[in-house]
Amino acid sequence: MTATRVRPPQPQVTAPEGDTGRARRARRGRAIALQVACVAVTLFMGLPLYLITLAGLSSRESLNRFPLSLLPTDLSVETMSVFLSSTGVVPGFLNSLQVGLYTLALSLLIGVPAGYALARYAFAGREPYQLFLLLTRALPIVVLSVPLAKVFLTTGLYDTTYAVTLLHTALALPTTVLITSAVFVAVPRDHEEAAMIFGATGPQAVLRVVLPQALPGIAAAAMFTFVMSWNEVLGAAILTLNQRTLPAQVLATLGDSPLAYRFAGGLALVLPAVVFIAVMRRYLINMWGTTLR
Amino acid sequence: MARRRPGRSRLPAPLLLIGPSLVFMTVLFAWPMVVGVAQAFTGDQGATLRYVQRMVDDAYFWPAMRNTLLLIVVLIPLQFAFALAMALMLRARPRFHGVYFYIWVLPLAISDLAAGLVWLSIFTDRGYLNSVLHMLGLQPYAWLSYQNPTSLFLTVLIAELWRATSLVLVIIVAGLQGIPKDYDEVASVFGATYWQRLRYVILPQLRPSLQVAMILRTILALQTFAVAQALAGRNFPLLVGETYYWYNFLQNPNVAAAIALVVLAISMVTAVGYLRLLRDRSPGAAR
Amino acid sequence: MADIVMRDLVKTYPGGKTRATDNVSLTVADGEFLVLVGPSGCGKTTLLRMVAGLETPDSGSVAIGGRDVTWLPPRERHVSMVFQSYAIFPHMKVRQNIAFGLRMRKVPPAEIERRVRQAAEVLELVDYLDRYPAQLSGGQRQRVAVARAIVVDAGVLLMDEPLSNLDALLRLQFRAELKKIVRQIGTTTLYVTHDQAEAMSLGDRIAVMRAGRIVQVGPPLQVYDRPSERFVGGFLGTPPMNFFTAVVAEASGGTSLRVGDQALAAPRAIGAFDGRPVVVGVRAENVEVGTSPGEGRLRARVEVVEPTGSSLLLTVRLAEHELKVQAPPGFKVEPDDTVWLRCGPEALRFYDPESTLALES
Repeated sequence: MTATRVRPPQPQVTAPEGDTGRARRARRGRAIALQVACVAVTLFMGLPLYLITLAGLSSRESLNRFPLSLLPTDLSVETMSVFLSSTGVVPGFLNSLQVGLYTLALSLLIGVPAGYALARYAFAGREPYQLFLLLTRALPIVVLSVPLAKVFLTTGLYDTTYAVTLLHTALALPTTVLITSAVFVAVPRDHEEAAMIFGATGPQAVLRVVLPQALPGIAAAAMFTFVMSWNEVLGAAILTLNQRTLPAQVLATLGDSPLAYRFAGGLALVLPAVVFIAVMRRYLINMWGTTLR
Repeated sequence: MARRRPGRSRLPAPLLLIGPSLVFMTVLFAWPMVVGVAQAFTGDQGATLRYVQRMVDDAYFWPAMRNTLLLIVVLIPLQFAFALAMALMLRARPRFHGVYFYIWVLPLAISDLAAGLVWLSIFTDRGYLNSVLHMLGLQPYAWLSYQNPTSLFLTVLIAELWRATSLVLVIIVAGLQGIPKDYDEVASVFGATYWQRLRYVILPQLRPSLQVAMILRTILALQTFAVAQALAGRNFPLLVGETYYWYNFLQNPNVAAAIALVVLAISMVTAVGYLRLLRDRSPGAAR
Repeated sequence: MADIVMRDLVKTYPGGKTRATDNVSLTVADGEFLVLVGPSGCGKTTLLRMVAGLETPDSGSVAIGGRDVTWLPPRERHVSMVFQSYAIFPHMKVRQNIAFGLRMRKVPPAEIERRVRQAAEVLELVDYLDRYPAQLSGGQRQRVAVARAIVVDAGVLLMDEPLSNLDALLRLQFRAELKKIVRQIGTTTLYVTHDQAEAMSLGDRIAVMRAGRIVQVGPPLQVYDRPSERFVGGFLGTPPMNFFTAVVAEASGGTSLRVGDQALAAPRAIGAFDGRPVVVGVRAENVEVGTSPGEGRLRARVEVVEPTGSSLLLTVRLAEHELKVQAPPGFKVEPDDTVWLRCGPEALRFYDPESTLALES
């Protein structure tokens, strides 16, 4: 008697339905195509920045050669230092800094209380106020700059950093109010109520409980204001003559300056922006999401 | 949180808080507007259309008008399509999407003047683009010459596209994040393809974010100025560029004000146009 | 230690069509734990907030410890409060959160340290004093809120649904702890909840609210046993009180209630309503379920059988009414079976069919 070994029927191991080799290859193909597309876009966005850095850091001599080298072979700080020592550049830099900081301070001073009011009080005129803010954001800067120059001329503020500060604050204020309003809304009202139950007055409650929580958002709004002011060209160019901000200075000398100067100027204007984005990455989505509501 | 005993009146808190902003904005917006209109239409002998006439007669005005309108007609749709594509690519979460996002968003904080200078280094006669062409054995091209108006337009277009798309990208990404995944998942369970989901589920929900963004972006694009200055000077006239010239070099604030008002008029027309075009036509929606 | 006297409080929110509180008067005695209970929107939180000073009434007054506080800001009322969302400040450590009220009152630091530690011990938070709220669980944050409230030793303790954000198990656990703590410190407490089981278990007295009015106040068991109107009977208790319509029939042999084609023995006093329909209320636990017919038993058909573990919850149909009754866990019954219900006449409650108020008997 032979023992017959009967193998139990093996369960068929099939791949999940639809996941044939073809489907899997198609998926992988799509993933690769996506990566390629992303890299292409990244090159478009990133390469120019690389190139301007290269141009700004190349020696004067290498910039006169043609064709230009695409690799960092002839690095030197010569171009940048010549740019920085040109008349008006360092003062321009200082003016930009001053205007930026003043604008930051003034827009926060006026904007934060307004943002708080929007967040906490349902007052009559709330909707018209918000509409007013949105409308002012939509107003072209150019429409303001030329008449403002005349206004400042008559009030003696023309060609001062104060004039530019006022313009920049006017530009930044609507956004500041709307952003800080959203930030305050995110702090629950019952935190203030709890503070008041346990002994705080209204203002004390805001100071000790609401502001500390709102600080990150307000700081983000402040940084955006600073960058906006730093980059603003048209208004600054029209409102100033001798007290120019950096962009206005570069713009004014654009026509008569050599290429190297312009490349260096470009790099000088780009660097702070790159640093700024590196720091502000996290806040970007939140802020732009909230300002549009 | 009212606390006052009825009968005791004081200036309500919210008014005190928004007061400064109201005063500030009115003074810095309303007043200049009035002055600006006066500047454009008033001369030494009272109301006049002289400046408007001068503006219209100027050789650079109509080209500037044409360029400005052409720019926004081509740039805005391109920009939004590009930004939307980028946002959707990121949404598919490829590997390194964090790095991609960082690089794609970098141009956001760059001023238009800097953007112009960046692309100047590429497009100028002895710039990087021509260098690459030369190395490939091709003929270099005078991209920025006034004799090549088409390429001039394209360079300004590309530079603006590069600079301003990041902002739209951030807005769209924020908008996409606000769309609950449920709708998308339901649609795909019911058999919708990617393009169908895009068209019927995602885009309609993006509409509110897109609406405001498009209006603001268009109004800003109407004021394209420094980019063109850096790349082409007056070879590519634009309305705001002309304002700058009339004010700074031709020392004529009145014509400058007149051009500014033209920009304002176009802005308002486009804003109204957008609001009607992108109006929510679904029944029961608030207009 | 103080009492709370609310008199004729009326409040309508701007834009609201009905009154949030409609001439409500209520007194919480010194040291008493009174629970305000009712469905959402009944006005209980509004009432609490008016006592706290977070809302001002349109008319009426609030007095705490004999002092009229109607127009005083919260910090001058010397009350303490636990919020539904806890309202713990995320930018301060637990220690500083608990100490907040004391710091605002400028209590000397050594004293603050001592009292914070004491409160932390009572609420088992000693190990967490130097953590930030983000590092705590929901239950722990709730304890911090309670600690902050008890450490200031206020005359009145207010609580706005403090347990409703906890999961079911934690809620049960903490309910008992809360009762113990409040009894220990003995402060006058006004507690708001929508959970009737919580109200029953915690209060010395409960006040049932509906649509801006207080419909019944009294010790929990009294309100449970003798609801003053149909709403209260249906709101308290799980399962809620059963209601069915019957016609009173007075006869020489006694008073009975006719339900459909059946009759049920009734207390003599209801005989005054002979010939009239009344709404009869009876609690599930007072209904005996059997499988055999008998004198005075009502026939009903089983529709749903739900085993709860400790008993069998049966949904039965009596004429056109649906009743919930309970049977011992081993009771053998299937849907569509017939069962026989018996309830003693003393367990029946009677309500007017139109006004839904209890019929005085």
